[in-house]
Amino acid sequence: MSNAIISVEHLLKAYGEVKALDGLSLDIERGVIFALLGPNGAGKTTLIRILATLLRADGGTAHVAGYDVRRNPAEVRRRIGLAGQYAAVDDYLTGRENTEMTGRLYGLPRRQARARAGEVLERLHLADAADRQVKTYSGGMRRRIDLAASLVGEPDILFLDEPTTGVDPASRRDIWGLIHDLVDGGTTVLLTTQYLEEADQLADRIAVIDHGRLVSEGTAEQLKARTGGSVLELSVPDDQRDSAVAILGGVDGGHATYDTHRGTLVLPARRGANTLREALQRLDGAGIRPDDIGLHQPTLDDVFLHLTGRAPAPSALAERTMV
Amino acid sequence: MSNAVIHIGVITKRNLLANLRLPDVLVLSTIQPVTFMLLFLYVFGGAIENALPAAAQGEYINWLVPGILAQSAVFGAAPTAFGLNRDRANGVIDRFRSLPMARSAVLAGRTLADLVRNAFILTLQLGVGIALGFRLQTSIWHLLAAMALALAFGYACSWIMATLGLAMKNAEAIQAAVYLVVFPLTLTSSVFLPTSTMPEWLATFADHQPITIVSNALRGLTLGEGALPVGHTIAGEVLTALAWTVGILVVFVPLAIRTYRRAVS
Ligand SMILES: Nc1ncnc2c1ncn2[C@@H]1O[C@H](COP(=O)(O)OP(=O)(O)OP(=O)(O)O)[C@@H](O)[C@H]1O
Ligand SMILES: [Mg+2]
Repeated sequence: MSNAIISVEHLLKAYGEVKALDGLSLDIERGVIFALLGPNGAGKTTLIRILATLLRADGGTAHVAGYDVRRNPAEVRRRIGLAGQYAAVDDYLTGRENTEMTGRLYGLPRRQARARAGEVLERLHLADAADRQVKTYSGGMRRRIDLAASLVGEPDILFLDEPTTGVDPASRRDIWGLIHDLVDGGTTVLLTTQYLEEADQLADRIAVIDHGRLVSEGTAEQLKARTGGSVLELSVPDDQRDSAVAILGGVDGGHATYDTHRGTLVLPARRGANTLREALQRLDGAGIRPDDIGLHQPTLDDVFLHLTGRAPAPSALAERTMV
Repeated sequence: MSNAVIHIGVITKRNLLANLRLPDVLVLSTIQPVTFMLLFLYVFGGAIENALPAAAQGEYINWLVPGILAQSAVFGAAPTAFGLNRDRANGVIDRFRSLPMARSAVLAGRTLADLVRNAFILTLQLGVGIALGFRLQTSIWHLLAAMALALAFGYACSWIMATLGLAMKNAEAIQAAVYLVVFPLTLTSSVFLPTSTMPEWLATFADHQPITIVSNALRGLTLGEGALPVGHTIAGEVLTALAWTVGILVVFVPLAIRTYRRAVS
């Protein structure tokens, strides 16, 4: 792909027995918001750390902005910004000092570092708190200061590892707005997230990874379409769940999966109403009466469940009550 | 100014600010050497005075101050390990490593900030020593040379601590490693007592280990040649101390940088 600003080929990384990355390949186009989606331990952070030159892969290659991360890390570092999974800011410095310091380390002259820091803090709605020590900040403010530090060098490529984890919904929308602005300005953003609606609303393209491998990649719409026409979702009494899963196996050539967060069984329904009818007949024959059953268009939750067999992390945005 | 120099300056400033804004660390690391000096002076001083060379003028404080400056220089290097370990645990090292800056800047900035801190602590300790009766037997230039030598040796030790702080993940393990090694080393040296009072096997070790060499060099510089074991000269002790300092730097600067490069949090 000629327009790829990040290009990953057959990347391998093992920690002892654990294969954090198991032959992952991926191309990311310039100027997009690209989301990495995957359950805990899928290898998202490992990939970001390799791309940010913090970690060496055991095998395969990765290019960022045309430079091999292994052979030319210095060139890569000039063009990237990183906000890691945990905010890396100094508690005893003020927000402004943290941001300015990072600007200086990017090589900006003092005056320019100060001006850039001021702009970025303003943009992240931190201007009022900028001269307080970070130890007085809330969790969401700490994340935003970390983000400010990653932006102050005006990187071409921004790596954000779970940028909105632990952030309240209002700040989250702020951060989303900021990320959109950045991309309008030509920045490429690679982010990881636990929140599917974040990927759905924010990302131009999404890669689902699991066990260090790429499971599926495309726009949110493409991923949903790949799950099949629609999705059958039903709830059955807890003691009948296992037999229901067994009975529904093979309907439409798919299999039912239990979504621990929604508390329902989910099954791809390629034939729509016909799938629904067949499922009901089979359940009837086994004497299982669903409390509730229905067809709906696939959401990213369904995609995630379908591809990884695991329920996505509970949403922080949707007011979904879990039983 | 080259970028590396600017980066080192920025990181040094950051680390020094931590000392000012988290003063508990600075206060504790100042109280410790002063307490040590008082303890050894009053608990052991009376019993020891007879064993001292004439250059000490019969006053234990004269013997003790140069020794304890050597000890503090070594202890003062330990925060290098803790500081780097904390930076790694907080992800700050990750951020620094993702930035277009010289690999050596984080380590240089850390060790330089600890050098400044050590200069502050050693000066304070010397002041307390003078208040308790320490009397310089040579010249002010000799005293300045002694302080510079102590700080140079402490700086070299900072690079050992930097290697340790980056190689070990667990802060408590670092604490244990530092005190298990540094404490016995300062006790089996001439910091508190002339090695002639030790059993022969121990004296042989003590006479040759660097903390004794540095203590002797500081004593020679502040009390004169009479404070040294027979046959030793001030110049000889100072040169040996400098050789240790340079030797430690030659081994541990590259080692610390390599460990930094590999540090993965
Ligand atoms: N330093 C390490 N030592 C040993 N194993 C590790 C290390 N770092 C990661 N792993 C393992 O590698 C796998 C991938 O980890 P990684 O942190 O990349 O996952 P992730 O997708 O970011 O997960 P999460 O959503 O929990 O952040 C996991 O099984 C993890 O336990
Ligand atoms: Mg992660």
